[in-house]
Order: sequence, then structure tokens, then C-alpha cells
Amino acid sequence: MPDRVAFRGGGFSPATKPLAGIATLVLCVALWQAASWAGWLPKLFLPAPDAIAIALFRLARSGELWLHLGASLSRLAVGWSLGTVAGLALGLAVGLFSIARSPGMAVVSALFPIPKIALVPLFIIWFGIGEGSKIATLALGVFFPTVINTAGAVDNVPRGLIRMGQSFGLPWISIVRKIVLPGALPAILSGFRITSSIAIILLVAAEMIGAERGIGAFVLSAGNLYDTDNLLAGIVVLSALGLCVAWIIGRIERALLAWR
Amino acid sequence: MIVRQDGLALGLAGIFHRFSGLLVLDGIDLIIPAGEVTVLLGPSGCGKSTLLGILGGLIAPNHGEVRMSGAVGRDCLNPLTYVFQDFSLLPWRSVAGNVGLVLEDHPMTRAARNDRVAEVLALTGLSEFAAAWPRQLSGGMRQRVGIARALAVRPACLLLDEPFSALDAQTRDLLLEEFSEIITRAGTTTVYVTHNLSEAVRLGQQIVVLSRRPGRVREIFRIDRPVVGRRISDVDLLACEARIWELIRLDAAAAVREIADA
Repeated sequence: MPDRVAFRGGGFSPATKPLAGIATLVLCVALWQAASWAGWLPKLFLPAPDAIAIALFRLARSGELWLHLGASLSRLAVGWSLGTVAGLALGLAVGLFSIARSPGMAVVSALFPIPKIALVPLFIIWFGIGEGSKIATLALGVFFPTVINTAGAVDNVPRGLIRMGQSFGLPWISIVRKIVLPGALPAILSGFRITSSIAIILLVAAEMIGAERGIGAFVLSAGNLYDTDNLLAGIVVLSALGLCVAWIIGRIERALLAWR
Repeated sequence: MIVRQDGLALGLAGIFHRFSGLLVLDGIDLIIPAGEVTVLLGPSGCGKSTLLGILGGLIAPNHGEVRMSGAVGRDCLNPLTYVFQDFSLLPWRSVAGNVGLVLEDHPMTRAARNDRVAEVLALTGLSEFAAAWPRQLSGGMRQRVGIARALAVRPACLLLDEPFSALDAQTRDLLLEEFSEIITRAGTTTVYVTHNLSEAVRLGQQIVVLSRRPGRVREIFRIDRPVVGRRISDVDLLACEARIWELIRLDAAAAVREIADA
């Protein structure tokens, strides 16, 4: 009998199993909790999940959590929006106009690699120790990646579609509004995922310098006191904040990019 | 209804064009008669798509000029209108949205626009797909949308760049048949770029054979009988196809080697 031909195709197709993801997280927390109960993890070294949950609950009930969260959220909203609006404007200009392209990219390339945290002292001199310097740190941190991402998104809109618009005599503004912007939108939205994470990282850093309220300030003061329960409670809030923002962007993508 | 128009004739005079130093078109003089189907035929890389781009004002030639003469219908919104090989549909617009795109910047009421979109969708057999996304359609259906979009502006001259080359042979034959009926009814001047001989004789009334790069007009064949009713198996078409093949086979073989070398 001739040999049977064995199956060897199938390609690489890792499957997504959401339940497995959740189960892994639950398992990690359970192991952590078990190790704490067993006495393998001293409280100061790493507080147990139940201690963190209790700390969070106390913070929420006393209202302290909402004060800090409110201060952080408003900084995040204002700083991210300012950086994003300015970044979108310059990014579109770089993508669309020759006059903006080389000068814009030169400035962005020179300034983007600077760690924005290093500029905080300067921002405090320029904008004061209050909200101004914190929002400026956030906005600047968001601005540069937004410019680079938006310019790239515009460049990646298929040239054939733009030529199609021109061949039908569409006015310039219609080509931009109906072809370039929708074509660039998916990449712009995925850029929002990155810039929102950058904003959260910078928010905490900025709040560690001269802020009374804010999750960053709270984490810093808990750390100074070696109050590790509250320190980790603050970090859990930051993680949840990141997840919420990612979820919101995901919803926006689903609503705006239904055609994909 | 799309009515027969008096028609637009195009004239190319002394066209030379280079791409990064490489001579692509070498002195093209050509008349595109009004109301006829002109096929630009030639081997890969002979500059036929470039020539079509020059005809439609999308590429500025290094030398020479294109002139158009004749009447353009009163409801014509874009006299020289393209149909693209890759369909060039906006993936974020529905079928009707893609067709409507080219009407939106013209002064017409929303109702008039919708009527015109519905009319060309019906003409191309797309009525029930008006709300579909391009990604949901097969290649043949996508190119129908490309043709519907072109017809929506009531073109005086259609410029088609290998519009059916991305489709399978059966779909291509069916679409060629429908397409020849549509353009014959509309009386639109048509310039059709292809490297496919049977497409050329099936559609062309004037078949312009270009040499391989640099593109020159080698010979012009005429098939004077109407485009509608032609069958690929018709004896006169097969004879014409054989004559053209005799003329271009050496060029075609050389072009294949040239591309392989590059």
C-alpha cells in the first residue's frame, strides 16, 4: 500500500481565548494571595491582594480616592486633548503641505527624543508649580508622537485613491475631507492608544513634583511612608485607568471603523 | 436616461515622455475619434497606461499636447473620466456612497443625486448592493461599482486602464459584454488600455498597437462593425487577433525578458 500523505499545512494561527486570559490573571492573584497567607511574602515586601482591596475600599469610602482620581482625570483630559489637537494639526500640515513638511519634521525629530520629565523643572519656571506645568508636560509628551503618527497616517493613504479623486475633479478640500482623513483615521486612532498610555505615565511623573492631589501624588506619599498597601492600591487604580481608556478607544474604533 | 451625445474627440500631438531618464513614449501622434472605442494595445511596460494618464490630464507629458474637440453633453460633470484597474473604491463608503462621492461637489439637490446614483446602479446591476461595503463584493462587482461611478458623471470620454485584468476569465467575458452594451447606448468616446488581444478585438473599433518601450505607434487596425453583438469566436475577430499577434509577438517576448532582467 502506498504511503499516506501526512497533513502539514494549517499555517500559524494562534487562537484567541478570552477566558484563558482572565483565568490566568485570576490564577496569578490566587497564587499571590496563597503565598501571603502562607507567610512567604512579608507585608512590607509585597502586600496581599486582599490588603490592597481593603485599602482601595477604604480610600473609596473616605472619598480620598475620588479627589485624587478627579484631579488626575482632569489633568489627563486637558493635557491629552491639547497635545492631541496640536499634534493632529501639525501632523496633517506635515502630511499635506510641502512648506510644513521638512521644517515640521526637523523640529519634531530634534525634540521628540528629549525625555519630557527632564523638562519639568523648566516647565515649573515657565508655567508655575500649579496645573500649568503638569498639563504642559502631558501635552508635550502627547504632541510629538501624535505629529509623527498623523503625518505617517496621511502618507499611507493609498495614492491611487487620491488620484481617483483628482481624476473626477474633486476639489482639494473634498479630497482631504472625504479621502485623506477617513483613510488616515485607523492609524490615527491606534496612535491614540499609544499617546493615552504615554499621558498616564507622564501624569504620574508630573504629579510626583509639587502636587497635593492626584494619583501620582498619592502613590508618592504612600511610598515615602512605606505604606505599601496604599502604594499598590494607587497602582491598581492607574492600571484600571489604562484599561478604561483602552476600552473607550476600542469602542470609538468600532463605531467609526465599522467598514473594516 | 443616458442619451447619445455628439461626442468628444481627442488628439495627441508629438507626445514624448520620460520616467527618471528612461524614454517611455517616443513621439506619439494619434486621433481618438468621437463616439468610438479606441484600444491601446501593447506589451507590458510599453507606456500605454502612461499614455492614458496623459490623455486624461493626470500626467503632464515632457513634450507634446493633448487637445479635445466636440460637444460635451449639458449634464456631463467630468468630460474625461477614468475607470481604474484596481477599482480605487473608498473602503469606508458603501457602494452608493462611492458612486455618490463624485456627484457631491456639484450643485444638485440630494434627491437628484440619489436618483442619478440609483440610475447608474440599476444600469450596472448593482441596485440591491447599494448599501454593501466594497469588501463584501467580489472583484467583478467592485469593478461594476467603478464603472457605475464613472457613468454617474455622464462622461464624454471614458478612459479605462486594464479595467478587467484583475478578474477571472469568465467574469471578464460577462463584464465585457455588459460594458460594450452600456457604452454603445451612451455613445461615449472610449479609450481602453489592455495587453489582452481578444479583449482588444472584442471591443476595439480602432486598435492602436504600440511597440515595446519606448512606446511608438506601430500600426492602427480598424474593425468597423458595431461593438455590440461581437463574439470572441467571430471569424473576422480571430483573423484580426492573429494579424496583431504576428505583429507584436517578438516585441511581447522581448518585453517579458526585459522585465525578467530588471
